[in-house]
Amino acid sequence: MVVKLKVWRQAGPGQPGKLVDYVADKVHPDMSFLEMLDVVNEGLIRKGDDPIAFDSDCREGICGSCGVVIDGIPHGPDKGATTCQVHMRRFKNGDTITIEPFRARAFPVLKDLVVNRSAFDRIIAAGGYVSMNVGGAPDANSLPIAKAMADQAMDSAQCIGCGACVAACKNAAAHLFTSAKISHLGVLPQGEPERDRRVVRMVEQMDREGFGSCSNEGECEAVCPKKISISNIARMNRDFLRAIV
Amino acid sequence: MILDSKTPSGPIGDKWDRRKFENKLVSPANRRKFQVIVVGTGLAGASAAASLGELGYPVKVFGIHESPRRAHSIAAQGGINAAKNYRNDGDSVYRLFYDTIKGGDYRAREANVYRLAQVSVNIIDQCVAQGVPFAREYGGLLDNRSFGGAQVSRTFYARGQTGQQLLLGAYQSMMRQVNAGTVTLHQRREMLDLVVVDGHARGIVCRNLVTGELESHEADAVLLCTGGYGTVFYLSTNAVNSNVTAAWRAHKRGAYFANPCFTQIHPTCIPVSGDHQSKLTLMSESLRNDGRVWVPKSQGDRRPPAQIPDADRDYYLERRYPAFGNLVPRDVASRAAKAVCDEGRGAGDSGLSVYLDFADAIKRNGEDTIKARYGNLFDMYARITDENPYQVPMRIYPAVHYTMGGLWVDYNLQSTVPGLFVLGEANFSDHGANRLGASALMQGLADGYFVAPYTVANYLGGTNLPPVKASHDAFGAAKADAQGRIDKVLQVKGTRTVREFHRAIGAICWDHVGMARTEAGLAGAISQIRTLREEFWLDVIVPGDANNLNPGLDYAGRVADYMEFAEVLALDALERRESCGGHFREESQTPDGEALRKDDEYSYVSAWEFKGVGAPPELHKEPLIFEEVHPTQRSYK
Ligand SMILES: Cc1cc2nc3c(=O)[nH]c(=O)nc-3n(C[C@H](O)[C@H](O)[C@H](O)COP(=O)(O)OP(=O)(O)OC[C@H]3O[C@@H](n4cnc5c(N)ncnc54)[C@H](O)[C@@H]3O)c2cc1C
Ligand code: FES
Repeated sequence: MVVKLKVWRQAGPGQPGKLVDYVADKVHPDMSFLEMLDVVNEGLIRKGDDPIAFDSDCREGICGSCGVVIDGIPHGPDKGATTCQVHMRRFKNGDTITIEPFRARAFPVLKDLVVNRSAFDRIIAAGGYVSMNVGGAPDANSLPIAKAMADQAMDSAQCIGCGACVAACKNAAAHLFTSAKISHLGVLPQGEPERDRRVVRMVEQMDREGFGSCSNEGECEAVCPKKISISNIARMNRDFLRAIV
Repeated sequence: MILDSKTPSGPIGDKWDRRKFENKLVSPANRRKFQVIVVGTGLAGASAAASLGELGYPVKVFGIHESPRRAHSIAAQGGINAAKNYRNDGDSVYRLFYDTIKGGDYRAREANVYRLAQVSVNIIDQCVAQGVPFAREYGGLLDNRSFGGAQVSRTFYARGQTGQQLLLGAYQSMMRQVNAGTVTLHQRREMLDLVVVDGHARGIVCRNLVTGELESHEADAVLLCTGGYGTVFYLSTNAVNSNVTAAWRAHKRGAYFANPCFTQIHPTCIPVSGDHQSKLTLMSESLRNDGRVWVPKSQGDRRPPAQIPDADRDYYLERRYPAFGNLVPRDVASRAAKAVCDEGRGAGDSGLSVYLDFADAIKRNGEDTIKARYGNLFDMYARITDENPYQVPMRIYPAVHYTMGGLWVDYNLQSTVPGLFVLGEANFSDHGANRLGASALMQGLADGYFVAPYTVANYLGGTNLPPVKASHDAFGAAKADAQGRIDKVLQVKGTRTVREFHRAIGAICWDHVGMARTEAGLAGAISQIRTLREEFWLDVIVPGDANNLNPGLDYAGRVADYMEFAEVLALDALERRESCGGHFREESQTPDGEALRKDDEYSYVSAWEFKGVGAPPELHKEPLIFEEVHPTQRSYK
């Protein structure tokens, strides 16, 4: 099959960018979306042109490196999937596909489709951990944790930090990302002692990074490849209020 | 050079305690005077950086990824082993040690493996305390499963995302140290050289992958935690940016490379679908607990699987290995799949796959039970192949998965360059010729949390290290080398892309240094690799320039290193004229086609010393001495 592409090209941070047209022929329906881009890039390289820069690594939906906006939707048309998990059989012969970077004030574009999401690392550094040193841990089974609670923690802990939630939000808020970590640690007894301090520090850092505020539209949850629930945000807000009063 | 493993004397159970006691310590006030570099932020690197930071050492961390959390360890699915014996099923430190030595086909160092089994129990405690959400039972205690054919249940897991949760635990601990100011992050940096001054590792040269700038960083010790070299085969289950570059450049500066031919091919991966394929996806080994592996009995039977009656099917693992059946170890299952496909009995259009059938399990336990056990894996399979594994048997084929070989290290995890320590998949230390499932995560965290903090301190406390500045000539020379290589690859301006070359080197390795290896095949592979390397430097085309973000240039550097590395990979396979673990030499097999080890001749670690590109490396042998476990021929019949 053949598809037409409109791809965001931008030479570097702070430089102007624009959508450029390409044609991807010899597309096989079993190709992944990123393999289709690989093939387009091979063609560009052979012609001496600059290939389209994009991030990816695991190519199986877990590292959070990939992430582009496909026809207006972060990670594209498949629910619960990352960009690297989208296959070309999702598109029809002759389709035009628009590909743009995840856009947010806190995610500056480095080149083409590559953005800098290190703001997420700084949010974690502000308090997304249990403060314990290696060596001091008690036996792992000394503290039973109800299965339901462990499962709930795992639901939140599955976040891959890809930033689709931010890209989907009209305010470019990072509430889903931040709240997922707060819930993961907050529901577990190990995270309880720092629960107040953690939420305050992480929320403050989120604001400092220039992420927007949450207006409860649920766009983040809709695009999350790991289906992280928006109820995490409500929990974060409750914890925050509890901590500051 | 005589390879001294520096293994402590005494009974095996006391060796590590003895070493910890003999080790020099560094007082808390003095720690901040030392600079440590950690390259890589997977399980090994992140855990080492966090631990050293907590102790008060200033640590600079480097990685090619945007964020430390994106390291390849994130993708591990199945689980992590530990000798907790929470199941009361007869596990013990000694049994985990024994299983690992045997699973590695008696090609690992006993003392290292024993220590690994010892500290495995601490890892689980550490991770739970960090908040890693391991699977639990209704009573609130940790759940375990049996993995990779082990006869005890010692594998801890977090759904199908164990690597992710363990890495996030280590990453978060490291980020706590970033916040505390002991650890500084240098992401999107690629290590291009190790800087050696007066025989000691004193820093690295790396490239800022966003600006293209070459940077020098000095240190008192360098910890290499840069993962394995599986992507030399082009297609593998590894993340696509995995590479041998950092380890290879350290090798060129004096670190010996050990057992490169010990590579692991995983039997259950989704088969190749076409030329465009960029990587292969692993289907967890746990599927073999319920799935039955088969191919048609007769060659060229192209009927859809549902139309092939039981009488025309060959459940070849159950037939050949009645005791272990579908649960034989990875190397055995992989070779058996290749054998039936080579006979022309493979499934699918390419004939390069075998069926993994859940029909009987679904009949026995119901679809809901199977869904509860493997739902996410079935979904993943359906997404990639567009086939419904509840109705049609899965098709699987072996793929390169893990590399047991790596830089040679002694018991202290120190390489042949003093001050250069190597952790995780990047070293060769613990898995011999074949790694057991769920043991790589264990080793990465053991090295980083519980071994390196002691042995690095001993080195720092016991070595006279005069101050070295990044302005030292050695840094200048290393930088010039790195720059020269970048300029050279950009200047070729040929006609074939880096990916074409990567595919070509991968094909040579897969065909001749893959599941079955022969004298003639390996000798031929070495000359093909040399030719391809020459062609690379004459005809490669690399886009763009060196002064900005240019993934094509980064890729070219990594593939250029594979062009050199592949030669020692093949040479090591050629020189080891026995079969053991993942290394199968067709000339060395039993009458019924099983691997035949030759302990009299090959009970050693091969450690290769670099002598120049194209020049034969020198082989050094570290004899393996078995005091605890008596080597026997593995049998899974
Ligand atoms: C699909 C899959 C599933 C697996 N499942 C399991 C499992 O269930 N259980 C198990 O025990 N094992 C499993 N493994 C194996 C295990 O995941 C790896 O062996 C282990 O995670 C390696 O960890 P590491 O810390 O050594 O290296 P990695 O996690 O590979 O990290 C390498 C680090 O080095 C950095 N780096 C690389 N090159 C450079 C360079 N040149 N300069 C600077 N930095 C560099 C990278 O940025 C990265 O941070 C699995 C592997 C795969 C592929
Ligand atoms: S490349 Fe890892 S999530 Fe897509």
